[in-house]
Amino acid sequence: MSDRDRERLFTSSPAPVVASFEELEAEPIIRREGSLYADAWRQLRRRPMFIISGVLIVILAVMAIWPGLFTRADPRACNLADSLLRPSSEHWFGTDVQGCDYYARTIWGARVSITIGVLVTACSTLIAVLLGSMAGYYGGWVDTVIARLTDIWFAIPTILGGIVILRSVFSTRGLLQVSLVLIVLGWPTMLRLVRSAVMATKEMDYVDAARALGVRNFRIIRRHILPNAVAPVIVYATITVGVIISAEAALSFLGVGLQLPAISWGLMISVAQNRILTAPHLLLFPGAFLSVTVFSFILMGDALRDALDPRLR
Amino acid sequence: MGRYLIRRLLQFIPVFFGATLLIFIMVWAIPGDPIAALAGDRVLPEQVVQQIRDRYNLDDPLIVQYGKYMGGVFQGDFGEDFRGRPVTDLLGQRLPITVRLALLAFGFEVVLGIIAGILAGVRKGGFVDNLVLISTLVVIAIPIFVLGFLAQLLLGVRFGWFPVSGVQHGLYSYLLPAMVLGSVSLAYIARLTRTSLIENLRADYVRTATAKGLSRRRVVGIHTFRNSMIPVVTFLAIDLGSLMGGAIITETIFNIPGLGRAVFEGVQRQEGTVVVGIVTFLVLVYMMANLLVDVLYAVLDPRIRYE
Amino acid sequence: MATTLSRDAVAGRPVDPAAPLLVVEDLHVEFRIEAGTVRAVNGLSYTLRRGETVAILGESGSGKSVSAQAVMGIIDSPPGFVTGGSVRFRGVELLDLSEADRRRVRGDRIAMIFQDALTALNPVFPVGWQIAEMFRMHRGVPRKEAREKAIELMERVKIPSARTRAGSYPHEFSGGMRQRVMIAMALSLDPEILIADEPTTALDVTVQAQIMALLAELQQQTGMGLILITHDLGVVAEVADQVVVMYAGREVEKGPSLPVYHRPAHPYTLGLMDSLPRRDVHTERLRPIKGSPPDLLAIPPGCPFRPRCPYARDICAAEEPPLAAVTSEHVSACHFWEEVSRERAGA
Repeated sequence: MSDRDRERLFTSSPAPVVASFEELEAEPIIRREGSLYADAWRQLRRRPMFIISGVLIVILAVMAIWPGLFTRADPRACNLADSLLRPSSEHWFGTDVQGCDYYARTIWGARVSITIGVLVTACSTLIAVLLGSMAGYYGGWVDTVIARLTDIWFAIPTILGGIVILRSVFSTRGLLQVSLVLIVLGWPTMLRLVRSAVMATKEMDYVDAARALGVRNFRIIRRHILPNAVAPVIVYATITVGVIISAEAALSFLGVGLQLPAISWGLMISVAQNRILTAPHLLLFPGAFLSVTVFSFILMGDALRDALDPRLR
Repeated sequence: MGRYLIRRLLQFIPVFFGATLLIFIMVWAIPGDPIAALAGDRVLPEQVVQQIRDRYNLDDPLIVQYGKYMGGVFQGDFGEDFRGRPVTDLLGQRLPITVRLALLAFGFEVVLGIIAGILAGVRKGGFVDNLVLISTLVVIAIPIFVLGFLAQLLLGVRFGWFPVSGVQHGLYSYLLPAMVLGSVSLAYIARLTRTSLIENLRADYVRTATAKGLSRRRVVGIHTFRNSMIPVVTFLAIDLGSLMGGAIITETIFNIPGLGRAVFEGVQRQEGTVVVGIVTFLVLVYMMANLLVDVLYAVLDPRIRYE
Repeated sequence: MATTLSRDAVAGRPVDPAAPLLVVEDLHVEFRIEAGTVRAVNGLSYTLRRGETVAILGESGSGKSVSAQAVMGIIDSPPGFVTGGSVRFRGVELLDLSEADRRRVRGDRIAMIFQDALTALNPVFPVGWQIAEMFRMHRGVPRKEAREKAIELMERVKIPSARTRAGSYPHEFSGGMRQRVMIAMALSLDPEILIADEPTTALDVTVQAQIMALLAELQQQTGMGLILITHDLGVVAEVADQVVVMYAGREVEKGPSLPVYHRPAHPYTLGLMDSLPRRDVHTERLRPIKGSPPDLLAIPPGCPFRPRCPYARDICAAEEPPLAAVTSEHVSACHFWEEVSRERAGA
C-alpha cells in the first residue's frame, strides 16, 4: 500500500520502552566489543531475510539499468496481429492488446519504478535531513515553523494529495512530474524521524563540549549529530523506496500518474483491468514484479532495522 | 483532560486552515490556467469557463477566493461539476456506500489484526509468530490494486465465493472489497500489536503484575493489553488516510458506486472540480477523525493528558 | 477461600511449624542466551526467620536481584532457569510447586517491591485500582470493598489524602509516594515475607530514610521477614540481622550484619566499606574498588574477585576459595580471610 502515513509505523512506536531488571543487570556483563555497524553487519550476513532481499534488489537494479541483458525484444516494437497472445515459448509473458512482447515490457517497467523509488527517496531524505536537523538543532521558532508545516502536510494523505496535484497542476505527466509530486508529499515522516533523533543527540554531553570549544553549528550538526541519526534514516529510506514504488503504481493505475507511452507496471495493470477475465496474464506479470520489488525493499528495511535497532532483537 | 482537549483543538485550527489552503493553492493558484488543467484534454465552451470563473471567484484576489471558498465549505458547499451540479449532491448519494465499506473494512482489520498480533507476540519466535510476520510482510508488499484483482479473480470468479462486482447483493457484496481494503492495515495492525506487546511484556510493570500473583492471562490480557493498544490507536488515526486512498482503488476494482469510485470517474471524465471537491471533503473527514482518535488516545493513556 | 486464608498451609501442603520462615539452599540460576550460559546465581544459601531482615549485598550483575526473582518464581523462562538448590517456605519446597500453586503464594504469602516504582507500577491504571486488584484476584473481594481496603492501605503507608489520591495515576506521584504505593500493594494481603529489591535506590537521600523507616515500622507491626536487596552497605548495617555479600553470582561473605560490617573477612566487602563515606571510621579518602566485575560468560578459574583483589596471590588463580568459618556464624570465601579480617581488628 502506498500511503506514506503507514510509514510512521517503521519509526519507533510511541510506547515507552523500559528495560527490564534482568536486562539492566545483565547488560554490563555481556556487552561485547565492536561498533553498532560492525555488529549489525555481522548479524546481517547470517540473516536469510537480508540475503534474499539483497539479491533481489541487485537483480532489479541491473534490470533497471541494463534491461537489454534480460530481453532482446524491443518493448515498443509491437505487431497488432499478435494482440493478446497467451504466454508461449516465443512470448514468455504473452503479448498485450497492441501485440507488444509483454516480457520485454515487464522487464523495462523496472526502470521507471526503481528510478522513481530511488529519486523520490533521495530527494525527500535530503529535504528531511536539512530541515529536520535545523528544526531539531536550533529549536525555538525555527522548530515551531517547521513542525507546524509538517503537521499541515500530514493532514493530506499521499494518494489523495497526489490525485489533486497531479490532476489539477500538470497537463502532461511524466516521470519528473510524478516524482516531484511524490517528493512534495513524501518528506514529512522522514523529517520527524531526523528531528527527534537530532533532538535526542543534542542533549549529549559531547555536543555541549563541542559547543563550548567554539565549534561552529554547521560542523557540530554534520560531524557530531547527524551520524547518530543515520541508522533510523537508512532503515526508513530503504522501506520508503518500496512504498514510493507502490505509490507511483497506484497513481498510474488511477489514471493520474504516468501516461502512455511510458512503460510502468502500474500503467500496465491499469490498462489490463478491463481484461482480467480474458487475459489474466496482463495483470499477473506486472503485478508479480511490482509486488516482489516492493517486498524486497520492505524486507531489506526490516532486516536493517532488526540489525541496527538492538532494542528489538 | 479538559486542558488537553482545548490544546488539541487549538492545534487543530492552523492545521485545518493550512491543509485546506495548501489544496486550494495547488488547484487554483499554481501559475498557468487552472481551468484548462482541471479540464484535462477537454476543451470547455467559453460559457462554461466563465461559469467556473464566477463560481470559484477566480477574478478576486487569491485570499478572497480562499475566504469565499472556505465560507462555502463551512456551509457544506464543495463546488460543482462542469455542468453546474453541486458536488454535495454526489456526496449525499455516494457517501453512505463508502461509509458502509469503510466500517466493514475497519472492523475486519482491527479485530483480526489485534488477535493475530497478540497470538504472535505472546509466543515470540514461535510458529504462529513467524507465520504472522511472513504473511503480513507479503500482504504489505502486494499493492492493493494487485491484491484486489487477485481476490476478485480467485475468490470471485474462479471459486465463486463472493460477488465479483457491484452492490446488488446487499452487504454480502461489500465483504470481499472490505477484506481487500482492510488487508494491508490488518497486516500493519498485527505487526504493531505484536511489537508493542513484546515491548510491553518486557516492562517492569509486567514483572510487578506477575509478582502480585496474577495469572498469565490477566497479566497479558489486562495489564499489558491496555498499554500495548496505545500505539495501535495512534496508528488507526493515521490509517484512516490510507483507508480513503484504498477506498478509491477498491471501489474502482469492485465497481462499488461510492465516493472513491466517484473520484476515479471524475478523473476518467476529466471532471477536475468534482475530484478536487470530493478529495477536499475526504481530507476534512480525515482531519476530524484524527482529532477524535487523539481524544481516544488520551482516554487510553493517562500520561498524555498532562503532558 | 478457606484454604488460601489459612496460614497453616502453603498451596494445600501443611507447613512445618518448626521450620524457619524461608530457607534457601545452594540455589543455582542460569540464563541461557545466544552468547552462552550466564551462571547468574551459583550456590546461594541463607535462612530468614520471622521478623528478621536478611540483606543481600552486591553490585549490578552480582546475581542478587536474580536470586530474589528465583525465590519469587518470576524469572523469565526461557532464558532463565533455576538449575539447582532448594527454596523452602515454612518447610514447603517452593521449587516443587506447580506454576498455579506458586502463583497463589506470590503476592499473598511472599510479596516483592522493586527499585523504580514509576516503571514498576502500571502507567495506565489508577494506583487505587492496582492495590485493590490484590484483594479482588486473591480473595475475590468485590470491587467497591476492595477499593475501600486499598484506601485504608494507602493511609497505613501514610499517603496524604488517600481517598482522593486513589484515583490518581503513578506518574502523578512523587518518587517517595510511588514507592509507598508499591509498599501498600505488596503488604495488602499481609505477606509473611517481603522482598525489597533496591527499594530506595531511585530516591533522594531524605526520602530514602523515610521509606526505610516505614519498612521497619511495618515489619515491627506485622512480624514479616524482610529480604533486602541492596548495594548500599550503610543501609545494611542499620536494618539487617543477617547479610549475604554476593560477587559474580557467588556468596563471598555471609554472617550476622554487625560482625560483617565491623570486621569484614573478605576483600570485596572490605572494598565496599572503603568506597563508602563513614562517620565511625576515620579514613583519609574514599578508595573505590579498582576494575569492574567479571564477564559472567567467561569467569576465569579460581577466585572470581582475584583480578581486583589487593590480597591476590598465586593460589587465587588456581583454586576457588571455599567458605571458611570466621566464627560459627560468619563465613568468608577467601584464602586469606584471616589477613583480611585483621585489617579492621584495630579500628
